[in-house]
Amino acid sequence: MKVSLFITCLSDAIYPRVGEAMVRLLARYGVQLEFPTVQTCCGQPAFNSGYWDDARKTATTLIEAFEDSDFVIAPSGSCIGMIHHYPKLFEKDAVMLERANRLQAKSYEFTQFLVKVLGITDVGATFPHKVTYHPSCHGSRLLGVKEEPIALMNKVKGLELVPLPFAEDCCGFGGTFAVKMADISGAMVTEKVDHVLETEAEVLVGLDMACMMNIAGNLRYRDKPVRVMHLAELLYEGVK
Amino acid sequence: MSTASTKPSTVKERAGLALNDEFLRKAVKFTTERLRSGKKTASEEHGNWDDWRERGRQIRLHTIAHLDYYLNLFADNARANGVNVHFAETDVEAVKIALAIAERKQAKSIVKSKSMVTEELHLNHALEKIGVEAIETDLGEYIIQLAGETPSHIIIPAIHKNRYQIADLLSAEAGETLAPDTQILAGFVRKKLREKFLEADIGMTGCNFAIAETGSMVLFENEGNARMVSTVPKTQITLMGMERIIPSFEDLEVMATLLPRSATGQKLTVYMSGITGPRRTEDADGPDEMHIIIVDNGRSNQLGDPEFQELLNCIRCGACLNACPVYRHIGGHAYGGTYSGPIGAVLTPALKKDESQWDDIANASSLCGACYEACPVKIPLHDMLVYLRRRKVESGNGNLAEKVGMKGFSTLLGGSKRMRGVIRLGQLGQKLVERDGGIRIKLGPLKGWNTYRVTPSLPKQSFRDRWSTIQRETQAEGAVLDPALKARMEAVVAERKQGGGSKHGGHA
Repeated sequence: MKVSLFITCLSDAIYPRVGEAMVRLLARYGVQLEFPTVQTCCGQPAFNSGYWDDARKTATTLIEAFEDSDFVIAPSGSCIGMIHHYPKLFEKDAVMLERANRLQAKSYEFTQFLVKVLGITDVGATFPHKVTYHPSCHGSRLLGVKEEPIALMNKVKGLELVPLPFAEDCCGFGGTFAVKMADISGAMVTEKVDHVLETEAEVLVGLDMACMMNIAGNLRYRDKPVRVMHLAELLYEGVK
Repeated sequence: MSTASTKPSTVKERAGLALNDEFLRKAVKFTTERLRSGKKTASEEHGNWDDWRERGRQIRLHTIAHLDYYLNLFADNARANGVNVHFAETDVEAVKIALAIAERKQAKSIVKSKSMVTEELHLNHALEKIGVEAIETDLGEYIIQLAGETPSHIIIPAIHKNRYQIADLLSAEAGETLAPDTQILAGFVRKKLREKFLEADIGMTGCNFAIAETGSMVLFENEGNARMVSTVPKTQITLMGMERIIPSFEDLEVMATLLPRSATGQKLTVYMSGITGPRRTEDADGPDEMHIIIVDNGRSNQLGDPEFQELLNCIRCGACLNACPVYRHIGGHAYGGTYSGPIGAVLTPALKKDESQWDDIANASSLCGACYEACPVKIPLHDMLVYLRRRKVESGNGNLAEKVGMKGFSTLLGGSKRMRGVIRLGQLGQKLVERDGGIRIKLGPLKGWNTYRVTPSLPKQSFRDRWSTIQRETQAEGAVLDPALKARMEAVVAERKQGGGSKHGGHA
């Protein structure tokens, strides 16, 4: 059984600790992730901006990287969601379409794999903190990952989960949107952080480091000491 | 009246105005929050909401796929009922037909109930030019008309104005100071409009649904003004987009379930009127003469286009506006077209065939998908926004700097060695600007981002730098794969080989 890690470019460069937590957590169950180093990025920035030829280039590197894998797991619903767009991206190329479909069928967001495939909700973690959760749009809305993270957090000893007001509202990241429409994006992240602060939680947890980077960046800009983590980090820290 | 020459030309400029208008942001946020929570409650109380959405979608898909048939059926039946049916291919043609009727009737005044199509045609201006007074009778539209503005929301035209601003506008009209009290303000408008209804020569309406099997038109409204407009004046003109058709009254049941709940959270609007032709001798009221103008104006461009045909399924409920986090901050005018919010961001460019005329409205979205989730007929607006961006790029109308940037992106991230090099370069380069693990400079591409955030610096080692260590350590720990877990994974792989197993994720 070949279970591969798709680290995502953001976790690779900025948040290696997230990938490491995933690998070490799964290793405790004897699920040894392998890491094809030829992988790069899912191509979402180019795809969403309309540069599909460029997106196809990076998508091809990913399709090739995971050709032999049985499962592909990433710490991001957004990047896995992008893989779900590959069939559309290659709709006019029968050979690549077939390969894109195969990759889509075996790609999972981290909590999806843990809960839906392995059937694990209790990792035996303890995390005695007040936590709030931001469901990232692509993961929850478009990939349908809604119950998995909640099921996992409910089993963590000592964790007090405080509901985030208007949790389902986008944090304003949106990839190149945050650069192109900086002021709209800024208004959105400011509102999101206002809601996070309302909860008085010590920790904000999520499943997508792009959104977490956005929210953490605004928290830091406003000197608010809320700790921002990926759920994989929280779970691994809780079992260590 | 705002003039075209002073209007900001880009979405960013228009959004900038809205973002600096605290009144607007508060008013829009307040009402959209009320509407979307109302919708949530109403749809949950009704139950099986996703099944209803799917039924609605299927009805719309079927109708639009056979639009030629149903349009002909509708026109034949409406004509048999005594209605004059006109087809207009362009906005200019539609206006011409409406003006010709007004002139033939020697109309001096027209009372209007809410119609987005007439906004699209700028019909009020055209009527004014030939000396016909056109009065909006929907409260929100009336306010907007007094302010000399355009609607900033599909169903709540004055959503961007608060009670005090409205009291000022109405006080100026009344010639006396009216208290900013909803009852007093609505009372003034009611009295004022009663006179207008009685003296109007023509009543002009929009159309929520046109029923093909009977040739009827259906209006949903809360104020009773549309009923006045369609019963008091001697002549009625209805303008409708060519896609407003549904096959039968049976289908209307589904639409009547979806539309008010999605729009305002109501189980049903206060009035729902079905009008089948002009007044018959035994009728107590109604117009003696009735016209329906069916408008294309770019709609048929979507027919046969697999990426955009579903756009014609829209029932104009406004739920996508209320759910949209971008709309909440910038309001409707920032979208720069008749239709605002996510549906406007897609519809405005799609109605124009020429990509060089598209502005950058499709970029004003984080692609969060809240619009798709809110849509009662499941139009994938977030996907369409991406298709619009792609079409603009592929037609050579993209932004040059972005084109160069994306080329660089795909080249640098097209191979892992180059990507590793880029990360290394970043790790070295950031030393100039990094402090306490954060980057705060407001220069270049970081200018906008760092106006609201601190950028994290890159750690000394990337994941791929750490990989050999992590791998060695986890393998040394050597946990054995639980047979039960192994069996679960094998079952998923086996199911996938049977052609299943890809059901996880994707659009629900």
